[in-house]
Amino acid sequence: MISRRDFLQATVAASALYGASGVGNWARLAAQQALTQDDLLKFDTYGNVTLIHVTDIHAQMVPIYFREPEINIGVGDARGKPPHVTGEDFLRMFGIKPGTPEAYALTYVDFVSLAKAYGRMGGLDRVATVIKAIRADRPDALLLDGGDTWHGSYTCLKTNGQDMVNVMNALKPDAMTFHWEFTLGSERVREIVEGLPFPALGQNIFDKEWDEPSEDFADYEIFERGGAKIAVIGQAFPYMPIANPGWMFPEYSFGIRDERMQEMVDEVRAEGADLVVVLSHNGFDVDRRMASRVKGIDVILTGHTHDAVPEPVLVGETILIASGSNGKFVSRVDLDVRDGRMMGFRHKLIPVFSDVIEPDKEVAAAIEAERAPFRAELEEVLGETDSLLYRRGNFNGTWDDLICNALIEEREADIALSPGFRWGPSLLPGQKITREDLFNATSMTYPNAYRSEMTGEMLKVILEDVADNLFNPDPYYQQGGDMVRVGGMGYTIDVARPQGERLSDLTLLKTGEPIAPEKTYVVAGWASVREGTEGPAIWDVVENYIKRKGTVRIDPNQSVKVTGA
Amino acid sequence: MELTRRNALMIGAGAFAATLLPAGAFASPEDTEKAIAEFTGGAEVGEGGIDLTTPEIAENGNTVPISVDAPGAVAIAVFANGNPEPKVCVFNFGPMAGSQSASTRIRLAGTQDVVAVAKMADGSFVKASNTVKVTIGGCGG
Repeated sequence: MISRRDFLQATVAASALYGASGVGNWARLAAQQALTQDDLLKFDTYGNVTLIHVTDIHAQMVPIYFREPEINIGVGDARGKPPHVTGEDFLRMFGIKPGTPEAYALTYVDFVSLAKAYGRMGGLDRVATVIKAIRADRPDALLLDGGDTWHGSYTCLKTNGQDMVNVMNALKPDAMTFHWEFTLGSERVREIVEGLPFPALGQNIFDKEWDEPSEDFADYEIFERGGAKIAVIGQAFPYMPIANPGWMFPEYSFGIRDERMQEMVDEVRAEGADLVVVLSHNGFDVDRRMASRVKGIDVILTGHTHDAVPEPVLVGETILIASGSNGKFVSRVDLDVRDGRMMGFRHKLIPVFSDVIEPDKEVAAAIEAERAPFRAELEEVLGETDSLLYRRGNFNGTWDDLICNALIEEREADIALSPGFRWGPSLLPGQKITREDLFNATSMTYPNAYRSEMTGEMLKVILEDVADNLFNPDPYYQQGGDMVRVGGMGYTIDVARPQGERLSDLTLLKTGEPIAPEKTYVVAGWASVREGTEGPAIWDVVENYIKRKGTVRIDPNQSVKVTGA
Repeated sequence: MELTRRNALMIGAGAFAATLLPAGAFASPEDTEKAIAEFTGGAEVGEGGIDLTTPEIAENGNTVPISVDAPGAVAIAVFANGNPEPKVCVFNFGPMAGSQSASTRIRLAGTQDVVAVAKMADGSFVKASNTVKVTIGGCGG
């Protein structure tokens, strides 16, 4: 008799992406010729249950370019493991040939060249086509949305998330959990949630005053599918009031609460669940740890850290599925659920090549209806970029370099700070920068660009604090974002040291002088979580800068030196 | 419940607006050991039989929800080893108490270990300890 563990591992090996076309490096192959929709969707239906996972769409309704990170350091137990494997190492680990569509979708290697060859990714009308095709195979497939859905674009900001709610509802999700949604303000979140035609889940969303589970969100939902009972437990982003402005949702408390997650797993098992799925916005490393601490979870659909991992990661008997971001991928997980347990799975991370997958007409019309009233603002050209603009990476990205340059020049600052967000698609060299593009990188409900004075000592304390929120060896003590991006100041960081000892050689770039602890510097930044932060919206600051420059060019950023990785 | 002292000092909750804490205002590890010894009368403290639940990262260092549960305890003391005064509170359980568990909110001056020590009915002591991180915040992905 084949043991469950052997079976899982056998199917892991067989679950790599389909459709490798074997093109060489620097390919100029038109995507249409290399790939077909049938290739992308090909899947031998398996077992009796299908899960479809999308997450971290960040309101990207239309196709975008999204460059995956070059630097994504894992510390502690996560060191050297997916998703902390990038570029050539990633291609080797998963047996992907350079220059192929998969290499383009999953890594930063040759990104600009391959982006020109293979085109944009995502688009919710294409995602709809993928979902409909899966439902054609398995009509009762569960569609689960990991959150960060109602945030991240001009139209989403202007409609308080309504555009995304309308378009997502057309996809008919079966459940959802949350993160950035709460930055719409708790009243708006409740208003939307009350009207959702599917459950809003989060076992870790608590009423702050009573320190009890919030009645506004369900802990879990049990579905009957393929003759099995499937429990889907929600796990919202645990560090909402720390990473985002708590004053916008003061009634709620979050946290990881893995003791309660264990209670929920035990509870749904007692109610007869044959399969336990956690729909999570923890981030990959927190989920990996949770899988090792909470017993009885079969599948964790991870979110938050935007990782696209082409094979499930096995922790004990739990599989972790990472489905990327921005509508770039849809995960399909087919499961054989029998006798109260998961006997095996088949998985595919489906890359949504927008030139290959036919848009679904109904959803395309729904997207158009949301965008039409804003067409003129969205399409206004602000300038052009000579450089590739992207955000992802532990320490910097050219989008944030641009924002920091704008903050320093427009706000007459010595030093600029831009938060380590992971959202924000990419622009290729030579592309026009439209208002839509700018909002894709800056859109939020607390955009004020502050200007304040800080001592060198305070700057060091802040950077040490943020660094520990990224590089604490225990992922439960990591708070959520990448490293704050710094303009005008360089530093050296040893990621392996404890808090207070990681940063050194802080240097003011304009003079080349060391940052003096007692000296005061003018610091400009944006997206403060503090209530009442004053200053112009960041998009106005950057728009003025881009218009003034006409064409922006970002020099390679060499101001952060990393050791200990 | 006997609140010994509500410890002051805080970190500003705003992004990049940290309040630097004056050096030397905090208890040393010896102070915490001493405070625990006062509670236990110097008796040996074992592990197990006590659950301490705390957030990994405090949402607000000024009001951190904690709960303790030690079946069979007659008293549970809570200590915060990085506060100016490490002893936070003592819960006493009379013979009529339905359970030996309690929840409260405590103030933490910075990242530190929270320690709960239970005195059992037989006069023995057990403890549990968790690190609670207090962070400046902001920057969440």
